[in-house]
Amino acid sequence: MNRNGVSGTGVTISEAAKQAAARRMEIFARRHRFKIVEVVPWVVALAVFFAFPNYLALGAQILATVLYALSLDLVLGYAGIVTLGHAAFFGTGAYAAGLMAAHGMGEPFLGLAVAALAAAAVGFVTGSIILRTHGLPLLMQTLMVATMLYELANKANSITGGADGLQGMAVKPVFGLFRFDLYGRTAYLYCLGVLFVGWLVVRRIVHSPFGRSLTGIRENEARMHAIGTPVFRRRLTAYSISAALAGIAGALVAQTTQFVAVDALGFERSGNILIMLLLGGIGRLYGGFIGVPLYMIAQDRFAEIDPVYWYFWIGLLLVLVVMFARGGALGVAERLMRRRDAGQ
Amino acid sequence: MTGETPALETKALRKSFGALNVASDIDFTLLRGARHALIGPNGAGKTSFVNLVTGALQPSAGAILLEGEDITHLAQAQRVKRGVVRTFQITSLFRGLSVLENVTLAVSERLGMGGDLHRPAGNRRVIIEESFSLLEALGLADEALRPLKELAYGRQRLVEIAVALGLKPRVLLLDEPAAGVPSGESGIIVETIERLPKDIALLIIEHDMDLVFRLARRITVLVQGAILVEGAPNEIAKDARVRQVYLGERARA
Repeated sequence: MNRNGVSGTGVTISEAAKQAAARRMEIFARRHRFKIVEVVPWVVALAVFFAFPNYLALGAQILATVLYALSLDLVLGYAGIVTLGHAAFFGTGAYAAGLMAAHGMGEPFLGLAVAALAAAAVGFVTGSIILRTHGLPLLMQTLMVATMLYELANKANSITGGADGLQGMAVKPVFGLFRFDLYGRTAYLYCLGVLFVGWLVVRRIVHSPFGRSLTGIRENEARMHAIGTPVFRRRLTAYSISAALAGIAGALVAQTTQFVAVDALGFERSGNILIMLLLGGIGRLYGGFIGVPLYMIAQDRFAEIDPVYWYFWIGLLLVLVVMFARGGALGVAERLMRRRDAGQ
Repeated sequence: MTGETPALETKALRKSFGALNVASDIDFTLLRGARHALIGPNGAGKTSFVNLVTGALQPSAGAILLEGEDITHLAQAQRVKRGVVRTFQITSLFRGLSVLENVTLAVSERLGMGGDLHRPAGNRRVIIEESFSLLEALGLADEALRPLKELAYGRQRLVEIAVALGLKPRVLLLDEPAAGVPSGESGIIVETIERLPKDIALLIIEHDMDLVFRLARRITVLVQGAILVEGAPNEIAKDARVRQVYLGERARA
């Protein structure tokens, strides 16, 4: 026993207990391994490509938004940072990629990289100020940051095009080979590829010791201080990474639609993504993969049929989720699985 | 007493919130390997003292020395790295996480791996094995994978201690380790504390006099933010002032 163990227990550990211990450690150590169900979203996404060739433009927007939701899940679901201003990073990325493409630097991956850096910088600078607060004050400040950027973009007519939006983007072909076509085929696969890489990154982060410590901060920040965690630094790192990913999502939307509207920084962009993530399930990595398509497809359908009452139905759905389906779709699925396991 | 530097010292430590003095010029010494209890009536400033020593509160004046080194201005996390560790009066853990994860979080921070973004936590066998053997030693192995919140409160108190031990403390401050635990279950907590490695300097903040007299070899009585008296348990038990302000009030059965 090491010097801080408890000595002299006088218990001889039996062979069976040793095996049980080894088994438990194994289960614990395997949590980050890929499970077969994790293939499902990617199979579905590829199937959609072939099955719905007329909906690929919408599909590309959904994929980009899933990445945006994923970035939000990292801060909200894992680190427990409440935010109503994530559009600040989405919009920063969109404008960064948009301005690049509008000024003759339309290489798509370069655009993504610059968008990620710009959004991360905004996340780092604003985060170093506002992450000193928690809860409601923090929520208000995230809202404030996004609103300030919105007004900035709105007023900076000569650069951003203001309320008319940024026009004249010329995005070059992906890998110099695949043009962004009218049907959204390239856009769809481009977004899918970037989302896949983004998902790999986030997945790796949440299972790393850093990611686990974020969960610890969400669960009990005071205790994290007491076990020697530099809490502020961890939160800031998570916030900056999340900002970079949101920036990439914004860049994807800008590049695939060849347009940036000022509402890329708008409040709805911050609020809706929260609703989408809530519908799917927060803090579960896959909430966005369910909530975003659900919301956006429904919006696309219902907005045509009943544009006035669309928000009423979403509101009602949200109330029901909060009351009866905590944890969103994935939360419900988890409970059903647990019940099944318990019944066996 | 030996000439060795004490594990922990406070010199004229003071903390006031406006007119309220929660610590007024506390000169306190915790020897290496000490089994020392800090007692006092409610509101005497015991938990504030813990907060000052661990860095959760900044003192208004005075100094805190860890093995002779001034740590007064170090942040809480840095003090933990140097071995100043506490447990909480009201269990303060990661309720949604498994028991094992509660400990691995602490162990990986101690080893400086808490900020690692790359390798999956599950691949850190050293951390998992060390954490698990701590749980085994405290009799928590069977509950290792259960969410902490499903454990009985007494068991959660043991996890508190396991998390603290995962940080390899040199000075361990136990804030009412048996608080809220039914008397039938507190025995195991006392036994666990008795078995802690001898080189950890222990400061036990406690209300339960039976527990104090069983564990402590030295007792400091704190009243209204100041040290009233300090001595061996039998001296404290006999001290008239202590009986008046503290033991008397509690009317031991």
